[in-house]
Parts: sequence; C-alpha cells; structure tokens
Amino acid sequence: MTATTTSARSDLSELGRSETALRTFLHGLPGVDQVGAEQRAAQLGTRSIKTTAKAQAIDLAIRMVDLTTLEGADTPGKVRALAAKALRPDPADPSCPHVGAVCVYPTMVPHVAEVLRGSGVHLASVATAFPSGQAPLEVKLADTRAAVEAGADEIDMVINRGAFLAGRYKEVYDEIVATKEASGDAHLKVILETGELATYDNVRRASWLAMLAGGDFIKTSTGKVPVAATPPVTLVMLEAVRDFRAATGRQVGVKPAGGIRTTKDAIKYLVMINETVGADWLDPDWFRFGASSLLNDLLMQRTKLTTGVYSGPDYFTLD
Amino acid sequence: MFEYAPAPESRSVVDIRPSYGLFIGGRFVDPTDGGSFKSINPASEEVLAEVAEAGAQDVDRAVRAAREAYEKVWGPMPGRDRAKYLFRIARIIQERSRELAVLESLDNGKPIKESRDVDLPLVAAHFFYYAGWADKLAYAGFGQRPTSQHSGTDPRPLGVAAQVIPWNFPLLMLAWKIAPALAAGNTVVLKPAETTPLSALLFAEICQQADLPAGVVNIVTGAGETGRTLVEHPGVDKVAFTGSTEVGRAIARAVAGTRKKLTLELGGKAANIVFDDAPIDQAVEGIVNGIFFNQGHVCCAGSRLLVQESVADRVLESLKRRMAQLRVGDPLDKNTDIGAINSAAQLARIRELSEAGAAEGAERWSPPCQLPERGFWFAPTIFTGVTQAHRIAREEIFGPVLSVLTFRTPAEAVEKANNTPYGLSAGIWTDKGSRILWMADRLRAGVVWANTFNKFDPTSPFGGYKESGYGREGGRHGLEGYLNV
Repeated sequence: MTATTTSARSDLSELGRSETALRTFLHGLPGVDQVGAEQRAAQLGTRSIKTTAKAQAIDLAIRMVDLTTLEGADTPGKVRALAAKALRPDPADPSCPHVGAVCVYPTMVPHVAEVLRGSGVHLASVATAFPSGQAPLEVKLADTRAAVEAGADEIDMVINRGAFLAGRYKEVYDEIVATKEASGDAHLKVILETGELATYDNVRRASWLAMLAGGDFIKTSTGKVPVAATPPVTLVMLEAVRDFRAATGRQVGVKPAGGIRTTKDAIKYLVMINETVGADWLDPDWFRFGASSLLNDLLMQRTKLTTGVYSGPDYFTLD
Repeated sequence: MFEYAPAPESRSVVDIRPSYGLFIGGRFVDPTDGGSFKSINPASEEVLAEVAEAGAQDVDRAVRAAREAYEKVWGPMPGRDRAKYLFRIARIIQERSRELAVLESLDNGKPIKESRDVDLPLVAAHFFYYAGWADKLAYAGFGQRPTSQHSGTDPRPLGVAAQVIPWNFPLLMLAWKIAPALAAGNTVVLKPAETTPLSALLFAEICQQADLPAGVVNIVTGAGETGRTLVEHPGVDKVAFTGSTEVGRAIARAVAGTRKKLTLELGGKAANIVFDDAPIDQAVEGIVNGIFFNQGHVCCAGSRLLVQESVADRVLESLKRRMAQLRVGDPLDKNTDIGAINSAAQLARIRELSEAGAAEGAERWSPPCQLPERGFWFAPTIFTGVTQAHRIAREEIFGPVLSVLTFRTPAEAVEKANNTPYGLSAGIWTDKGSRILWMADRLRAGVVWANTFNKFDPTSPFGGYKESGYGREGGRHGLEGYLNV
C-alpha cells in the first residue's frame, strides 16, 4: 500500500480531484480477510476486565456516550428530558460523569441547546436527509446549515451509499467535502452505514474515503437498518484511523452506533481501542458510543461496583 | 492508559493429590521397581505433586494388563459398545473441562485462555469424533475383512498400543493418541511427558468415572527410560510417538525388524509465507498466532516468516506494534497471552539458539516486557535479517522466537519454504486464490494453511513429510495407524 510511505503524504490531498485516482487508491488498500477479522474481534472480546479496571472503563464509557433519540415521535419535552439526563446521568451520585453528547434530529436541536448551554456536553444533530441520504445535495446541505445554526456543534451526516456501491467514489467524496464546508466549525461525523456496505473491504474503503474528504469522525451506522455496529466492523475502522494517522498525521475519531446495549459490550470496545489504536483514542474526543439504552446499564453496573448490590431498573431514570 | 486488573482463574476447582501412582489395570498402584519424581509449576517452580516413575517391571505389568483387556473385553466388544464408553468420556471431559484446563495451565505453563478455549474443546471434540467411528470402521475406506460368508466384518485392531506423548499439549496429544486407538478396538499403555504428567493422571480418574473396563487405558509415568522400555516391550503391537526428531529416530531404530506398526509425529520448521497482496492486519494476527501460540511450543509453529520483500517493512512494523500488546505472565490470569516456558531445560535451549542467532549476525528484537522473577520465562522475540544459512532458520527452537526471511517471487518462496529437513506445516497469505492452490501443490508439508494458521480439527488429518515423521493423526486417516489394514 502506498498510503504509509512518506512520499504519498502530500499526494493524498490530490486524490479527490479525479475519480480514477480515488478508485486506484481505495482499491489498492490491503484487503480484509473476513474470517481473520471476525476471529480477532472475538478474541479481543474474551479479555476479562475486573475491579479497578472495570470501574475505570465504566466511567470512561459513560463519558463516551452520545445519548441518542432519533424517532418520529420525538417532542421538545422528550428531548429536554434526555438532555437533562445527559448532564446528570445518575442523580443519586454527583461523582458520576456526564455523557459525551446528545444526538437528535435538527428540529429538536434548539430545545436541547437550551438545556446543555455551557455544560461541556456536546450537541450532535443528524443531517443530510438522515437516515437514507436519498435527497438532492442542496437539500442535504441546507439541512446541515440549519442544524448548525440552531446550535449543533457536531453533525452526523450519512454518506451516499447508492453512489458508493455503484463505484462513484468521487460523488461520495464531493458530498462529504461540501457537507464539511456547510458544517463550519461543527465537528463532522461521517456515517458509513456499514450494514449496507456489506463487506469489510468496503468498510475499509469507505473509511478512507470519509477521512480523505475531511471527516472528523467515522461512524458505523444510523441505527435504522437491521445490521448496526459490530465488533469486527469497528475493528476494521479502528485499523483505518490508525493507518490514516500514520500516513497523514491527522487523527480521526470512531463512533460505533446501534446495537451496543450492555456494559460488557461497551468494555469489549474499549479493549479493542486499547489494543488496536492505543490510549490516544481512549478519550471522548476520539471515540463515542451511539446508544440510548447502554447508559442505564452502565449506571447499573457502576452502582453495583460502588455499593456491592444490584438495584432494580426503577432506581435508574428513564430517558 | 487502560490497565487491566489481574483476573486470575481460581485454582481451587482442581484437587491435586500430593502423590500419584501408576494407572494399571484400572487402579492406581505403587511402582514395584521404579522411583518417583516431582512435577513442578513452570510459572513458579513450586512442586505440584510427586509422581511415580515406572520401571521395567511396571511397564511389563501395564502391557500385560492392556493385553488381557484387549483379548478378553475390548477387542471382542462390538463397536457400538466401545462408542458408548468414548462418548461418555467425551462428555465427562466437557463437564470437567474447567478443572482440566486449570490443571493443564498449572503443570504446563500455558495461558488459561488457551487451555480453556483451544486445548479442552479440541480434546472433547477428538473423543466425540472417534466415538462416532467406532461402529463404522468398515466404512472408513480401508475395506472389510473378508469372511467365509458373503458379508465381511470390520477391519481388525492391532492389539496393544504403546503411546509416548510430549509436554506441549499434554491432554490434547493424549486425546489424539487414545481416542482413535480405542475406537478401533486397541488397548493402550500411554506415557505422558515427565514435566507434564498430571492431566493424564486426571484423565485416568475420568476413565474410572466412565467405568471404562480395567486395562483398556493404562498410564505409566516416567522419563525417557520409561518410554524406551515401553516402546521396546515385545508385547506391544503398535508404537505411536509425538516428540523430537532425535527421539523419533531412536524409536524407529528400536522397532525396525519387529512386527510393530509405527507412526511418528516429529519436529518442524514451518514457513509462514506472506505475499504483498495479503490482508496485512490478519496476516499479522496469523504470524503472531503461528509463533507465539503456546509459547511457540508447537511442532507445527510458523517459526520462519517468509515475507515478500516489497511489503517486508510494512509487515514488520505492524508485527512489532502487535507484539507490544502481548501480555506475558501468570498463566492463570485470563488476560495472559504468553505463559511460562515449560522447563528449565527448554528455556536453556531457547536461550542457546537465540544467542546463536545474534552471534551469527541476525538482528534481535523483543517488545519491552517485564518477566516474573521466579519460573521459566522468555520474551517474545523476532530475528530479522535471517538467511537460510543461520542456525535459527534451520533448527527447531520450540519457543517464542521467530526468524524473518524475505523472498522476491512465488518460486523463491516455495524453494526457501521447502529448504528444510522438516515438512510438517506451512502457511500462505494472499488474496489470490489461484496462488494459494499453486503454492499448496508445491509445498512439501503435511498441512498447508491458507490465510490462517494453527487451526486444528479432529476431522482433519495431521502429519508430516520428511523428518517431520510419518503416518497421519486425525480424521478418517488417523484410524489407519490403529487398524490391521
């Protein structure tokens, strides 16, 4: 692969200018062996994280949660409640950290912004005709600008999977570049929707494409298709951000989203970060969990560790 | 940093007796003319138990017990009934797998995650697999034994099998030996290695628990002399040995000219070949698994890395980064990747060859890692700049030491891979299916893995070319060594 040689460093920014250059580069990335990748992810899942390491992991995982609601039925009241929970996940324990961000639809952004102002909890909004991305580019960009104007400091965009699967990489690239520009100072998370990309080779190529186009984060899924984040998909993406930093010097974050519901699962992801990309990514600035029900399980395990007993679900707040 | 707190597996699940006798005729008995020796935990040098050393008379008793059981009970028993015992043993192994795994890690030094997730599942799988063959021997592909009637009968067993196994996979090698022998209708006298006898003795208890008829399985513990007496015993019909090529040669000499049938599974110096179009991240996992699995105490270990020169730097950079993540230490900690070297003698050999590698000019590298003070330890090590002329490229080190060589073309890779007296296994890493087949046709190795390494399955035959031995274990082929065909 040419990506890690120093001579390629300067060339990478030129890749987006031509369809051929992009295709040659993406198809020149080393392949991913499906069996091997799944085996490695499963192996990392067998690490046994106990006592002090577990307590540390739970607090870190809480700080990495993008507390999310993306429903047609979302209302100002619902998202305000969610935002309040993001600030103080465990009202009974002030030592419990706040989550990383709240993630909502653009119309809900102003209501959340009121609650979060000055708290340090980020406000993420999905945009670009989430979740399908099947809208004209002008509509997607207007969607993005509206979310930023309303107060979002993180934008979760979706890539054009139709164009990607048809091999029109430049079209995907250009849309990301345009969305990045429309996002202004807001951080751009690029959702690959890996469940629709189907192969790990595609996941690796889409990851590189998103990073080359300027994405600050790469994110697995919308949570709206049957297959969401999986450990092997996240592993392939972590390898991609690791190799991208080695090639360009720029660090990109990773966000698995959808299907992560338990503390045990969350800890497996932290182990994966630790042993794949290292401590630099063990920080809410560089890794997030897109989740909703995960938070309460983390809180439940946290309480169990501090008190020694499990409390029932009624002792933890509804979102 | 994310430091993992210790997560030790409890050793209270296993009850180690202070001393063990020999398992002969279904009972534990004291040796008549042997002494005793101690089995230690290589991770702490603590004595685990005192074990009987079988002398010539004890070996004779064991062979007689096996002969009697063969003639009166096991040989005449219908295959379907032998199968019941084997299925029962397999189930008990599964039920007691945690106990067996902890004991194996204590006595051998291998990490609990390997004894728990690799050794024990495979041990049970071997017994289940060969249990299934016990009543279907006529369909194993060796034909039926003709009778005066029109229909034939099952192929016949050989009789008493003498089996000598190594210390690297004590219980798994026991399963590879005992399961096919018993399924085919033979009885056995097995000698475990002197540094790792304990799991075989627990297996003896499992035979009692399964009500296996007395004398079908006999276990005589001891060192080289006990093994020699056993394989040279005139009452033995079959010898099966897994271990070093040097001892294998001596055994071949000893049984030459006798009626004894012999299978040998010996050393290796496998090439793990990485092409420039390989899936690099998975290839690196395969290289690590190939040489650091079980501390490199694996006869089929991928101890020579042949990497295409055009990707050598990139592969080595990834490999070093990955090696820095390996956790060396307490074998009973569930997060340990590399445990203890099995014995002081083996550690001395690994050290000697590594020093020879450095002295001959190869570049040595190990990740920073803190080794425990007591016990036998060796940091995962790679040598770069190795050539075919170096000792570390030719001799089996049997430790966590990888020799890295480069090649330019597929033909050169084949040439270098085959340029060894051994031929047990090989690995190929490439995205190109046609190249895998082209290479596999030309590699002189009993097992060729493609885009994976160190994968074992009871249905798959295993064995070597050249000085890696002869005969196959596992699969339908594994029955041949125990049948009169």
